[in-house]
Amino acid sequence: MTQRIPVVERILSANDELAEENKSRLNAANVFAVNLMASPGAGKTSLIEQTLPRLAEKLRVAVVDGDIATSIDADRAAAAGAIVAVQVNTGGECHLDAVMLHQALGQIELATVDMLLVENVGNLVCPAEFRLGTHKSVLIASIPEGDDKPYKYPGMYRGVDALVINKIDLLPYINFKMDYFQRGVEALNPGLVTFPLSCSTGEGLDAWVHWILENVKRKA
Amino acid sequence: MPSMHELPVTQSILEIALKHAEKADAKRITDLHIVMGELSKLVDESIQFYWDMIAKDTIAEGANLHFRIVPAEFQCMACFEKYKPDSKEFSCPNCGAVGVKIVAGEEFSLEAIDVE
Ligand SMILES: Nc1nc2c(ncn2[C@@H]2O[C@H](COP(=O)(O)OP(=O)(O)OP(=O)(O)O)[C@@H](O)[C@H]2O)c(=O)[nH]1
Ligand SMILES: [Mg+2]
Ligand SMILES: [Zn+2]
Repeated sequence: MTQRIPVVERILSANDELAEENKSRLNAANVFAVNLMASPGAGKTSLIEQTLPRLAEKLRVAVVDGDIATSIDADRAAAAGAIVAVQVNTGGECHLDAVMLHQALGQIELATVDMLLVENVGNLVCPAEFRLGTHKSVLIASIPEGDDKPYKYPGMYRGVDALVINKIDLLPYINFKMDYFQRGVEALNPGLVTFPLSCSTGEGLDAWVHWILENVKRKA
Repeated sequence: MPSMHELPVTQSILEIALKHAEKADAKRITDLHIVMGELSKLVDESIQFYWDMIAKDTIAEGANLHFRIVPAEFQCMACFEKYKPDSKEFSCPNCGAVGVKIVAGEEFSLEAIDVE
Protein backbone atom coordinates (compact mmCIF):
# COMPACT_ATOMS: atom_id res chain seq x y z
CA MET A 1 0.00 0.00 0.00
CA THR A 2 1.33 3.41 -0.94
CA GLN A 3 1.50 6.15 1.62
CA ARG A 4 2.34 9.82 1.12
CA ILE A 5 4.82 11.38 3.51
CA PRO A 6 4.98 15.17 3.61
CA VAL A 7 8.58 16.36 3.61
CA VAL A 8 8.75 20.08 2.82
CA GLU A 9 12.48 20.48 3.09
CA ARG A 10 14.60 22.91 1.11
CA ILE A 11 16.53 20.77 -1.33
CA LEU A 12 19.83 22.43 -0.56
CA SER A 13 19.33 22.29 3.21
CA ALA A 14 22.46 20.20 3.80
CA ASN A 15 24.53 22.81 1.98
CA ASP A 16 22.83 25.58 3.97
CA GLU A 17 23.76 23.91 7.24
CA LEU A 18 27.39 23.59 6.32
CA ALA A 19 27.37 27.20 5.14
CA GLU A 20 26.27 28.23 8.63
CA GLU A 21 29.16 26.26 10.04
CA ASN A 22 31.58 28.07 7.72
CA LYS A 23 30.15 31.36 8.89
CA SER A 24 30.66 30.46 12.55
CA ARG A 25 34.25 29.60 11.81
CA LEU A 26 34.82 32.90 10.03
CA ASN A 27 33.13 34.78 12.86
CA ALA A 28 35.22 33.04 15.49
CA ALA A 29 38.35 34.28 13.72
CA ASN A 30 36.78 37.67 13.06
CA VAL A 31 37.21 37.38 9.29
CA PHE A 32 34.88 39.34 7.01
CA ALA A 33 34.10 37.23 3.93
CA VAL A 34 32.71 38.24 0.54
CA ASN A 35 31.46 35.92 -2.21
CA LEU A 36 32.08 37.42 -5.67
CA MET A 37 29.81 36.03 -8.36
CA ALA A 38 29.53 36.86 -12.05
CA SER A 39 29.37 35.42 -15.52
CA PRO A 40 32.66 34.26 -17.09
CA GLY A 41 34.88 37.19 -17.98
CA ALA A 42 32.86 39.87 -16.17
CA GLY A 43 35.96 40.86 -14.23
CA LYS A 44 35.99 38.96 -10.93
CA THR A 45 39.75 38.45 -10.93
CA SER A 46 40.35 41.96 -12.26
CA LEU A 47 38.32 43.39 -9.39
CA ILE A 48 40.33 41.34 -6.89
CA GLU A 49 43.55 42.60 -8.51
CA GLN A 50 42.38 46.19 -8.22
CA THR A 51 41.03 45.80 -4.70
CA LEU A 52 43.98 44.11 -2.99
CA PRO A 53 46.56 46.90 -3.42
CA ARG A 54 44.00 49.45 -2.19
CA LEU A 55 43.52 47.43 1.01
CA ALA A 56 47.18 46.54 1.46
CA GLU A 57 48.01 48.92 4.30
CA LYS A 58 44.76 48.26 6.10
CA LEU A 59 43.74 44.60 5.85
CA ARG A 60 45.31 41.19 5.46
CA VAL A 61 43.28 39.56 2.71
CA ALA A 62 43.07 35.90 1.73
CA VAL A 63 41.57 34.82 -1.58
CA VAL A 64 39.78 31.60 -2.46
CA ASP A 65 39.46 31.00 -6.17
CA GLY A 66 36.98 28.59 -7.63
CA ASP A 67 37.93 27.44 -11.06
CA ILE A 68 36.93 24.45 -13.09
CA ALA A 69 40.48 23.40 -13.83
CA THR A 70 43.27 25.98 -13.73
CA SER A 71 45.15 28.00 -11.12
CA ILE A 72 45.47 31.11 -13.30
CA ASP A 73 43.17 33.25 -11.15
CA ALA A 74 44.71 32.21 -7.82
CA ASP A 75 48.15 33.05 -9.24
CA ARG A 76 46.87 36.49 -10.26
CA ALA A 77 45.45 37.06 -6.77
CA ALA A 78 48.73 36.06 -5.14
CA ALA A 79 50.65 38.40 -7.44
CA ALA A 80 48.28 41.24 -6.51
CA GLY A 81 49.05 40.89 -2.81
CA ALA A 82 46.80 38.24 -1.29
CA ILE A 83 48.54 36.90 1.80
CA VAL A 84 47.31 33.48 0.76
CA ALA A 85 45.46 32.40 -2.39
CA VAL A 86 43.78 29.03 -2.35
CA GLN A 87 42.78 27.42 -5.60
CA VAL A 88 39.70 25.22 -5.48
CA ASN A 89 39.31 23.01 -8.50
CA THR A 90 35.65 22.31 -8.74
CA GLY A 91 36.17 19.30 -10.97
CA GLY A 92 33.70 20.46 -13.58
CA GLU A 93 31.17 21.76 -11.09
CA CYS A 94 29.75 25.13 -12.15
CA HIS A 95 29.75 26.79 -8.72
CA LEU A 96 31.45 26.68 -5.35
CA ASP A 97 29.47 25.09 -2.56
CA ALA A 98 29.77 25.08 1.21
CA VAL A 99 31.80 21.85 1.22
CA MET A 100 34.41 23.33 -1.10
CA LEU A 101 34.72 26.49 0.97
CA HIS A 102 34.92 24.38 4.11
CA GLN A 103 37.91 22.53 2.64
CA ALA A 104 39.53 25.76 1.48
CA LEU A 105 39.17 27.31 4.95
CA GLY A 106 41.16 24.38 6.28
CA GLN A 107 44.11 25.58 4.24
CA ILE A 108 44.05 29.12 5.60
CA GLU A 109 45.33 30.22 8.95
CA LEU A 110 42.30 32.32 9.73
CA ALA A 111 43.85 33.99 12.75
CA THR A 112 46.30 35.77 10.43
CA VAL A 113 43.57 37.10 8.14
CA ASP A 114 41.14 40.05 8.34
CA MET A 115 39.20 39.46 5.19
CA LEU A 116 38.40 36.70 2.73
CA LEU A 117 37.53 37.32 -0.91
CA VAL A 118 35.97 34.32 -2.65
CA GLU A 119 35.93 34.25 -6.45
CA ASN A 120 33.11 31.96 -7.43
CA VAL A 121 33.05 30.07 -10.72
CA GLY A 122 31.88 32.20 -13.66
CA ASN A 123 28.20 31.36 -13.97
CA LEU A 124 24.87 33.17 -13.62
CA VAL A 125 22.62 30.18 -13.14
CA CYS A 126 23.24 28.64 -9.77
CA PRO A 127 25.98 30.09 -7.53
CA ALA A 128 23.48 32.18 -5.58
CA GLU A 129 21.54 29.06 -4.61
CA PHE A 130 24.59 27.42 -3.09
CA ARG A 131 25.30 29.51 -0.01
CA LEU A 132 28.86 29.47 1.20
CA GLY A 133 28.62 31.11 4.61
CA THR A 134 30.21 34.40 3.57
CA HIS A 135 28.91 37.62 5.12
CA LYS A 136 28.16 39.38 1.86
CA SER A 137 27.39 38.23 -1.66
CA VAL A 138 28.36 40.53 -4.47
CA LEU A 139 27.34 40.23 -8.10
CA ILE A 140 29.59 41.72 -10.76
CA ALA A 141 27.73 42.64 -13.93
CA SER A 142 29.65 44.08 -16.85
CA ILE A 143 28.66 46.36 -19.69
CA PRO A 144 29.44 44.00 -22.62
CA GLU A 145 27.12 41.33 -21.19
CA GLY A 146 24.13 43.48 -22.06
CA ASP A 147 21.37 45.22 -20.16
CA ASP A 148 18.93 42.30 -20.12
CA LYS A 149 20.70 40.11 -17.57
CA PRO A 150 18.47 40.93 -14.56
CA TYR A 151 15.52 39.73 -16.64
CA LYS A 152 17.23 36.54 -17.75
CA TYR A 153 18.88 35.58 -14.46
CA PRO A 154 16.59 37.02 -11.77
CA GLY A 155 17.78 34.53 -9.16
CA MET A 156 21.28 35.99 -9.20
CA TYR A 157 20.13 39.58 -8.76
CA ARG A 158 17.73 38.59 -6.00
CA GLY A 159 20.09 37.17 -3.45
CA VAL A 160 23.00 39.61 -3.45
CA ASP A 161 23.97 42.39 -1.01
CA ALA A 162 25.79 44.61 -3.49
CA LEU A 163 26.14 45.00 -7.24
CA VAL A 164 29.26 46.02 -9.12
CA ILE A 165 28.75 47.23 -12.70
CA ASN A 166 32.17 46.73 -14.24
CA LYS A 167 33.69 47.95 -17.51
CA ILE A 168 31.89 51.30 -17.55
CA ASP A 169 34.80 52.54 -19.70
CA LEU A 170 33.07 50.61 -22.52
CA LEU A 171 29.74 52.46 -22.22
CA PRO A 172 30.48 54.76 -25.19
CA TYR A 173 30.93 51.76 -27.47
CA ILE A 174 28.08 49.51 -26.42
CA ASN A 175 24.35 49.99 -26.53
CA PHE A 176 23.67 49.36 -22.85
CA LYS A 177 20.49 50.99 -21.59
CA MET A 178 21.43 51.74 -18.01
CA ASP A 179 17.89 52.72 -16.97
CA TYR A 180 16.41 49.51 -18.38
CA PHE A 181 19.09 47.48 -16.58
CA GLN A 182 18.61 49.29 -13.30
CA ARG A 183 14.83 49.03 -13.50
CA GLY A 184 15.15 45.25 -13.60
CA VAL A 185 17.59 45.29 -10.69
CA GLU A 186 15.40 47.64 -8.65
CA ALA A 187 12.37 45.39 -9.08
CA LEU A 188 14.23 42.31 -7.90
CA ASN A 189 16.34 43.87 -5.19
CA PRO A 190 15.07 47.32 -4.18
CA GLY A 191 17.71 49.71 -2.90
CA LEU A 192 20.60 47.42 -3.80
CA VAL A 193 23.96 49.12 -3.19
CA THR A 194 25.51 49.57 -6.63
CA PHE A 195 29.06 50.41 -7.70
CA PRO A 196 29.56 51.37 -11.33
CA LEU A 197 33.29 51.12 -11.93
CA SER A 198 36.06 50.24 -14.31
CA CYS A 199 38.89 47.88 -13.43
CA SER A 200 40.75 49.26 -16.45
CA THR A 201 40.68 52.97 -15.62
CA GLY A 202 40.20 52.72 -11.86
CA GLU A 203 37.12 54.94 -11.99
CA GLY A 204 34.63 54.18 -9.22
CA LEU A 205 36.92 51.85 -7.28
CA ASP A 206 37.22 54.15 -4.26
CA ALA A 207 33.53 53.82 -3.41
CA TRP A 208 33.76 50.03 -3.61
CA VAL A 209 36.83 49.90 -1.36
CA HIS A 210 35.13 52.28 1.06
CA TRP A 211 32.14 49.91 1.26
CA ILE A 212 34.44 47.01 2.15
CA LEU A 213 36.22 49.01 4.85
CA GLU A 214 32.94 50.16 6.35
CA ASN A 215 31.72 46.58 6.53
CA VAL A 216 34.91 45.37 8.16
CA LYS A 217 34.71 48.19 10.69
CA ARG A 218 31.09 47.37 11.47
CA LYS A 219 31.99 43.75 11.99
CA ALA A 220 34.97 44.35 14.24
CA MET B 1 28.45 28.39 -19.78
CA PRO B 2 29.22 25.25 -17.82
CA SER B 3 26.27 23.87 -15.96
CA MET B 4 26.68 20.78 -13.91
CA HIS B 5 24.92 21.48 -10.68
CA GLU B 6 22.25 18.89 -11.42
CA LEU B 7 24.36 16.13 -9.90
CA PRO B 8 24.77 17.61 -6.39
CA VAL B 9 21.16 18.76 -6.48
CA THR B 10 20.02 15.24 -7.33
CA GLN B 11 22.19 13.80 -4.56
CA SER B 12 20.65 16.22 -2.13
CA ILE B 13 17.12 15.20 -3.16
CA LEU B 14 18.02 11.53 -2.70
CA GLU B 15 19.49 12.11 0.76
CA ILE B 16 16.44 13.99 1.98
CA ALA B 17 14.09 11.35 0.55
CA LEU B 18 16.01 8.45 2.07
CA LYS B 19 16.14 10.17 5.45
CA HIS B 20 12.38 10.64 5.55
CA ALA B 21 11.65 7.16 4.19
CA GLU B 22 13.80 5.61 6.87
CA LYS B 23 12.02 7.57 9.56
CA ALA B 24 8.73 6.13 8.26
CA ASP B 25 10.12 2.57 8.06
CA ALA B 26 9.35 2.45 4.35
CA LYS B 27 10.43 -0.47 2.16
CA ARG B 28 10.42 1.45 -1.09
CA ILE B 29 10.10 4.99 -2.42
CA THR B 30 7.88 5.07 -5.49
CA ASP B 31 7.44 8.79 -6.19
CA LEU B 32 9.01 12.13 -5.29
CA HIS B 33 7.19 15.43 -5.48
CA ILE B 34 9.46 18.39 -6.09
CA VAL B 35 8.35 22.02 -6.08
CA MET B 36 10.36 24.41 -8.20
CA GLY B 37 9.77 28.11 -8.60
CA GLU B 38 9.93 29.55 -12.10
CA LEU B 39 12.60 32.00 -10.93
CA SER B 40 14.98 29.45 -9.46
CA LYS B 41 15.50 27.69 -12.82
CA LEU B 42 17.83 25.33 -11.06
CA VAL B 43 17.40 22.01 -12.77
CA ASP B 44 16.38 20.54 -16.09
CA GLU B 45 15.64 17.15 -17.62
CA SER B 46 19.13 15.88 -16.91
CA ILE B 47 18.09 15.42 -13.29
CA GLN B 48 16.18 12.27 -14.27
CA PHE B 49 19.35 10.92 -15.86
CA TYR B 50 21.37 11.53 -12.69
CA TRP B 51 18.55 10.10 -10.64
CA ASP B 52 18.63 6.79 -12.49
CA MET B 53 22.37 6.71 -11.92
CA ILE B 54 22.56 7.51 -8.20
CA ALA B 55 19.32 5.99 -6.90
CA LYS B 56 20.37 2.57 -8.18
CA ASP B 57 20.69 0.00 -5.38
CA THR B 58 18.78 2.18 -2.92
CA ILE B 59 15.15 1.85 -1.88
CA ALA B 60 14.44 4.74 -4.25
CA GLU B 61 15.61 2.93 -7.36
CA GLY B 62 13.14 3.41 -10.20
CA ALA B 63 11.12 6.07 -8.38
CA ASN B 64 9.31 8.66 -10.47
CA LEU B 65 10.21 12.34 -10.15
CA HIS B 66 7.31 14.77 -10.37
CA PHE B 67 7.92 18.49 -10.72
CA ARG B 68 5.43 21.14 -9.79
CA ILE B 69 6.52 24.42 -11.36
CA VAL B 70 5.28 27.46 -9.47
CA PRO B 71 4.83 30.48 -11.74
CA ALA B 72 6.44 33.75 -10.69
CA GLU B 73 4.18 36.26 -9.00
CA PHE B 74 5.19 39.80 -8.04
CA GLN B 75 3.40 42.27 -5.83
CA CYS B 76 4.01 45.96 -6.46
CA MET B 77 5.20 47.75 -3.34
CA ALA B 78 3.70 51.03 -4.52
CA CYS B 79 0.11 50.06 -5.41
CA PHE B 80 0.00 46.45 -4.10
CA GLU B 81 -1.14 45.08 -7.45
CA LYS B 82 -0.20 41.42 -7.88
CA TYR B 83 1.07 40.50 -11.33
CA LYS B 84 2.97 37.98 -13.36
CA PRO B 85 6.23 39.57 -14.53
CA ASP B 86 6.83 39.79 -18.23
CA SER B 87 10.11 38.18 -19.26
CA LYS B 88 11.42 41.52 -20.56
CA GLU B 89 9.86 44.01 -18.17
CA PHE B 90 9.45 43.76 -14.42
CA SER B 91 7.83 47.10 -13.62
CA CYS B 92 4.23 47.20 -12.42
CA PRO B 93 1.69 47.07 -15.28
CA ASN B 94 -0.76 49.02 -13.13
CA CYS B 95 1.28 52.01 -11.94
CA GLY B 96 4.70 51.61 -13.57
CA ALA B 97 6.57 51.50 -10.28
CA VAL B 98 9.52 49.19 -9.74
CA GLY B 99 10.21 47.47 -6.45
CA VAL B 100 8.27 44.32 -5.73
CA LYS B 101 7.74 41.65 -3.20
CA ILE B 102 8.18 38.25 -4.81
CA VAL B 103 5.10 36.36 -3.74
CA ALA B 104 5.91 33.12 -5.54
CA GLY B 105 8.42 31.63 -7.89
CA GLU B 106 11.48 31.12 -5.70
CA GLU B 107 10.58 27.73 -4.21
CA PHE B 108 12.93 24.80 -4.41
CA SER B 109 11.99 22.00 -2.10
CA LEU B 110 10.99 18.39 -1.78
CA GLU B 111 7.31 18.51 -0.91
CA ALA B 112 6.43 14.87 -0.34
CA ILE B 113 7.41 11.31 -1.11
CA ASP B 114 5.22 8.28 -1.76
CA VAL B 115 6.41 5.13 -0.07
CA GLU B 116 5.43 1.52 0.35
N1 LIG C 1 37.54 47.37 -20.92
C1 LIG C 1 37.56 46.73 -19.74
N2 LIG C 1 37.98 45.44 -19.68
C2 LIG C 1 38.00 44.84 -18.48
C3 LIG C 1 37.59 45.50 -17.29
N3 LIG C 1 37.71 44.63 -16.25
C4 LIG C 1 38.16 43.48 -16.77
N4 LIG C 1 38.35 43.59 -18.12
C5 LIG C 1 38.83 42.54 -19.03
O1 LIG C 1 37.89 41.48 -19.07
C6 LIG C 1 38.55 40.23 -19.26
C7 LIG C 1 38.13 39.23 -18.19
O2 LIG C 1 38.54 39.69 -16.92
P1 LIG C 1 38.73 38.70 -15.68
O3 LIG C 1 39.01 39.56 -14.51
O4 LIG C 1 39.69 37.63 -16.01
O5 LIG C 1 37.27 38.10 -15.57
P2 LIG C 1 36.74 36.92 -14.61
O6 LIG C 1 35.33 37.28 -14.29
O7 LIG C 1 37.67 36.69 -13.50
O8 LIG C 1 36.75 35.68 -15.62
P3 LIG C 1 36.66 34.11 -15.30
O9 LIG C 1 37.33 33.88 -13.97
O10 LIG C 1 37.35 33.46 -16.43
O11 LIG C 1 35.20 33.80 -15.26
C8 LIG C 1 40.05 40.54 -19.22
O12 LIG C 1 40.52 40.62 -20.55
C9 LIG C 1 40.11 41.90 -18.54
O13 LIG C 1 41.23 42.65 -18.94
C10 LIG C 1 37.16 46.87 -17.39
O14 LIG C 1 36.78 47.54 -16.41
N5 LIG C 1 37.17 47.42 -18.64
MG1 LIG D 1 38.59 34.96 -12.86
ZN1 LIG E 1 1.99 49.29 -8.91
